[in-house]
Amino acid sequence: MCLAVPARVVELLDNDMAVIAFDTLRKRISLAFVEDVAIGDFVLVHVGYALHKVSVEEAERTLKMMAQAGVLQKELEAISA
Amino acid sequence: MTVANPRLAADTARVRGSVDMTHGAGGRAMAELIRDIFHKHLANQYLAQGNDGALLGNVSGRLVMAADSHVISPLFFPGGDIGALSVHGTVNDVAMMGARPLWLSASFILEEGFSLAELEKIVVSMALAARQAGVPVVTGDTKVVEKGKGDGVFISTTGIGVLSEATDIAGSNARPGDAIIASGTMGDHGIAILSKRENLDFETEILSDTQPLNDLVAAMLAAVPGIRVLRDPTRGGLSATLNEIAHQSKVGMVIKERAVPVKPEVAAACELLGLDPLNVANEGKVIAICAAHDAATLLASMRTHPKGHDAAIIGEVVADEHALVTTHTRLGGMRVVDWIAGEQLPRIC
Amino acid sequence: MKYVDEYRDQELARTVAAAIAAEVDHGRSYHFMEFCGGHTHAIFRYGVQDLMPENVHFVHGPGCPVCVLPVSRLDDAVELAERHGVILCTYGDMMRVPDTKQRNLIRAKADGADVRMVYSTLDALRIARENPDRQVVFFAIGFETTTPPTAAALKAAEAEGLKNFSVFCNHVLTPPAISHILQSPEVRDLGIVKIDGFLGPSHVSSVIGSRPYEFFAEEFQKPIVIAGFEPLDVMQSVLMLIRQVNEGRHEVENEYIRVVTEEGNFKAQALVSEVFELRKSFAWRGLGIIPKSALRVRDAYADFDAEKRFELSVKASREAKSCECPSILRGVKKPTDCKLFATVCTPQNPIGSCMVSPEGACAAYWTYGRFREQQPSKLEPAE
Repeated sequence: MCLAVPARVVELLDNDMAVIAFDTLRKRISLAFVEDVAIGDFVLVHVGYALHKVSVEEAERTLKMMAQAGVLQKELEAISA
Repeated sequence: MTVANPRLAADTARVRGSVDMTHGAGGRAMAELIRDIFHKHLANQYLAQGNDGALLGNVSGRLVMAADSHVISPLFFPGGDIGALSVHGTVNDVAMMGARPLWLSASFILEEGFSLAELEKIVVSMALAARQAGVPVVTGDTKVVEKGKGDGVFISTTGIGVLSEATDIAGSNARPGDAIIASGTMGDHGIAILSKRENLDFETEILSDTQPLNDLVAAMLAAVPGIRVLRDPTRGGLSATLNEIAHQSKVGMVIKERAVPVKPEVAAACELLGLDPLNVANEGKVIAICAAHDAATLLASMRTHPKGHDAAIIGEVVADEHALVTTHTRLGGMRVVDWIAGEQLPRIC
Repeated sequence: MKYVDEYRDQELARTVAAAIAAEVDHGRSYHFMEFCGGHTHAIFRYGVQDLMPENVHFVHGPGCPVCVLPVSRLDDAVELAERHGVILCTYGDMMRVPDTKQRNLIRAKADGADVRMVYSTLDALRIARENPDRQVVFFAIGFETTTPPTAAALKAAEAEGLKNFSVFCNHVLTPPAISHILQSPEVRDLGIVKIDGFLGPSHVSSVIGSRPYEFFAEEFQKPIVIAGFEPLDVMQSVLMLIRQVNEGRHEVENEYIRVVTEEGNFKAQALVSEVFELRKSFAWRGLGIIPKSALRVRDAYADFDAEKRFELSVKASREAKSCECPSILRGVKKPTDCKLFATVCTPQNPIGSCMVSPEGACAAYWTYGRFREQQPSKLEPAE
């Protein structure tokens, strides 16, 4: 449900509009629902509107969390060894 | 294609205005249209014969024939148009039999009110495509339908080619253990069309891959005469093509999603629109299936050709009575690569 | 694709899968309901089930707006396009959904109706501007994610004085549907449906925030993890749910921290409540009538409400007999339990709502999952 993609804002236009880059693809979208967006920010795009900013810090932190998911397993192995 | 009456004064100013019913009525207007647009641009020795059909020379070898109709909207798209497409489509259908395409016919169904200048643009593009492919349009026909009964222009082309005795290519030839090779990136044409058609104005231009493949196929057959299957993954994309072959050969297939070449902008557009690049149409790509021991040779021959430098081995044929096509996903799981139900539509959920 | 590809990485998936395998209690089973079709789609599309231990099961929920739209509303849309002669703008998802007469909008278009597929409400507005002498109706469907763009279009039409634009509103709400499932006798009393926890909606939550789920976690004692739509998000969220179950916790946790906050998007919420209000009740396909589960256009914006602007004949929705969608949407049955599945009901000829959208459980089973019954899954060897 609710297809949306994280994309980088590359150009700010009038009327709350902007151009986003999703990988190499550029598209014009509306920023009507997000505030203080700067060029270079990532936003979540759904049906032509940015619904929310995407936090780059949290995105990286989530990936770190996933990479460390195995850490606990190693501890468990150490305990049961 | 009926020849123009030589007594008619040359008058290229006719290429203004639009198609009307007289252009299909067999009179002077029709003769002028044929002379000033079709013969002028498609010119070759066969059309110059000026008869109702073309007298073709002797051919040694088995003959192959393929037909293709083109009803595309928009008529002009990034990277091509209906004219070029109508040549490439049929040239490629003949080439997919392993044959060398020799001649094409072209039939036009024009809608009343269609711009003659647009028609000329289409025919010029067709002529260029035919020259580049080295396959002349030797005969043709024109009909006009009332306004509202067509979509500007429909083009039907038929191709005849010749097949060497050594070649045996068929959709039923795939065997377990064979390698599956794609000649390049998947989904370019479908996304190019979609982005122009359905209010999807991307700021990035995605080009169709429409091109003739007879030269690439000739190079492939020279390297590996024993290629088992060739197919161009047009409507329905790679998934439809693989499913067709799996059913014809009564085998299964396992591909690796990560090995399938896809252009970054096409992958991004698919992601944004909820489409799967494996289901999106191509017009200038070939899928080849060959014995495993020929795979490296065939791949090398494709990669040294400009139309195949992104070629990749994408999977293998397996024994499976259900004739299922499955893929290893990027994540490492498995899924079925299904034959889609009708045209893929952009989705929001 | 930055912040997409990373969450589909095979190495990382192995790491998370190993952690899940190490942490499951082999003495029990885990049943997690993914409410959203987006999760269903990701699970099948990437073969996430292959990376799960035997005792971790996904229960597919009703979170697919196309699947739950009652067929009578589609009949209305077809009527708008055919009888009222409007330009009907719709998202591509609705084009193939069969109406009561087994026709759909593609068919209606072929028969001469002016139906246009749009990517965004911005396109629908543009079509209204370009066709001042035609009535343009936007066929609005979707959950909380898709509602703000409709509200924005309605506001823009008002600001511009775009008198030929209106909205046929079918927006529905997530919390009442979750509540409906949890209150159902199968879950609450009979224990037929086992749900040990929920994968919470990702993009819906970007708008409504994580707070609305706290009531469920408390009231029904179920853990909820708000999960992104990428396959690794799903896996990481399953790991978080397993930990909650193992520790006897039932909290709302947020795996999708890169987008979802506690409050959600206040600006979007404010605009939605300015333009829309709760309907007393709404019929959900497969789930029945759920009170206060959908939105309608407020009276202040009645001029832009297609239901008020056009006379629509009252229709009753009839669901196909022997279609198990109602049970499938509530997690009571699997698609393969339905007599119609893959025999009469296929994506080419969808009978029930779950086969209509690629996000429906039946369609996902059909498209990606059929071979699971036919051959054991094979994991790709590590490279």
